[in-house]
Amino acid sequence: MVEPLVEPLLAVDTVSRRFGGLLAVDGASLSARPARITALIGPNGAGKTTLFALISGFLKPSGGRICYDGADVTGEPPHRLARRGIARTFQIVQPFAGLSVRDNILVGAHLRHRARAEALAVAERVGHDVGLHDRLDRPANTLTVAGRKRLELARALATEPRLLLLDEVLAGLNPSEIRDVVPVIRALAARGIAVLMIEHVMQAVMSLAADVFVLAGGRIIAEGGPAAIATNPAVVEAYLGHGAATKVGGARG
Amino acid sequence: MKALLPIAGVVAVLAAVPLVVHSNVVLNFLVVTLMIALVGQGWNMLGGYGGQYSFGHAAFFGTGAYTTAILQVHYGVNAWIGFAAGIAAGAAAGAIVGALAFRAGLRSSYFALVTLAVAEVLRILASVAPITGAGVGLLLKLDVRAQSFQFQSRTAFYFVILALLAVSLVITRLLEQSRFGVWLIAVRENEDAAMALGVDTFAVKLGAMTLSAAITAAAGCFYVQYFLFVDSGIAYGTWISIEALLTPIIGGVGTVFGALLGALVVKSLGEGAKLVAGDVPGLDLMIYGAVLIAVIRFAPRGLVGTVADAHGRIRRRFATAPAATGEAVRG
Repeated sequence: MVEPLVEPLLAVDTVSRRFGGLLAVDGASLSARPARITALIGPNGAGKTTLFALISGFLKPSGGRICYDGADVTGEPPHRLARRGIARTFQIVQPFAGLSVRDNILVGAHLRHRARAEALAVAERVGHDVGLHDRLDRPANTLTVAGRKRLELARALATEPRLLLLDEVLAGLNPSEIRDVVPVIRALAARGIAVLMIEHVMQAVMSLAADVFVLAGGRIIAEGGPAAIATNPAVVEAYLGHGAATKVGGARG
Repeated sequence: MKALLPIAGVVAVLAAVPLVVHSNVVLNFLVVTLMIALVGQGWNMLGGYGGQYSFGHAAFFGTGAYTTAILQVHYGVNAWIGFAAGIAAGAAAGAIVGALAFRAGLRSSYFALVTLAVAEVLRILASVAPITGAGVGLLLKLDVRAQSFQFQSRTAFYFVILALLAVSLVITRLLEQSRFGVWLIAVRENEDAAMALGVDTFAVKLGAMTLSAAITAAAGCFYVQYFLFVDSGIAYGTWISIEALLTPIIGGVGTVFGALLGALVVKSLGEGAKLVAGDVPGLDLMIYGAVLIAVIRFAPRGLVGTVADAHGRIRRRFATAPAATGEAVRG
């Protein structure tokens, strides 16, 4: 099936980030398109979360350019990027622990709705969308891990983003919880949102993502459709170690 | 409007007090207590709702007090205009300190230390500068007329400070219901998460600090009109910084009535101790310390917070019985 290629909403162009002597992200380029799910995968320590922090403005790149919606947004602070329509979740969930679930979502909803009644209505609807409707009045710190992940997602969605960065929203969930969340993410892309997700749960990546970028040692070592990525020798080596591709290939052959 | 009903009720009760009580001692006690509540209410705006604990709110109390005193003593400016100027000067001081501290990214104890240092520097400057009366202080001319913001009766002063406090309570309540307030609380709870949701955390903290300083400065201006005297130890002394944070912490940080309740409790205990033990120097401070330790140990969310928690627990116990079983099924 040939899909019509839409202009990328996000274009990361040879971006680097150095921490002292460590080059955490080394000339990485990737793009994300509206109404598609793009996955960013890679072994631990590859620099995925750092790359997310660069895109969402929490870190400034040491080099390279980040374009969003045709504008150069390199180095803009997070709140301004959020206003432009970039939302993110955190790998380590960051709830407003002392507030209720509803008030957590309300913070995000207020970005586009000044009036309290409107923002509350948005919070209610988003809470419903992610399946938190029965827990809206509970304190956020009473939620389970799965609940907190949903809350991360809900808050980000309440800002009505056009680009959504999901940092391991499925990590720590059991298979039945993953089955619950996957359709939620798919629905977001169907709504036209460009979804860029970091994910270790490969099954989910394979079933969700249209495009996959593989980051290892701070560099993008492969990109393409999920099926091509799974058999790419460079990717197998990055995950399993040098020489693994031939061993795996040999065993298969 | 419904949200303001509790405030109307509390203010009405306080307004009825002078109808029953005519003792000057009691009225004086209440005037000072409400003034401290106003100081605490200012602190609560930044510390309670924004999570930025200032140890130097004396900087704003004193700036308000000195501004109106200097304008009246040295320049013959009308007291009410001086009052407005004092509030504006306090707000400006808050904005300047806030801009510097927050731009530098100071958080928690670093922010507390910088505010403490600012207040101390101002105290030392005021104790040597001629314009502040240096070590002698400034004495306002007695001129008992309403247009000079001076009243014969304590009752009149009581109504003035009650009105100021009422305004601050309403501002606090409206803040809670506003987008700015929601963002401010988000900053308190988790700054990174707030940023990711589009909150300009610098602007929000700066706004809160400006408002907070303005309210505390209003109390400083009132102090000058009430006692007609100010010196560096009163205006910029540590005592007022301590009372500013003590009252809302004891009453309940980040609540509308926390500072008022805290001021009533703290001041009653202080006066009560004086009645029992005589005027032992430092006794009130020892009592404050003991109460503070007790509150932090047993009621970390303050008196209002503890009552609200208990209420919430009871309500949830009744409300979530069916929801809890639903959770078990899903799990």
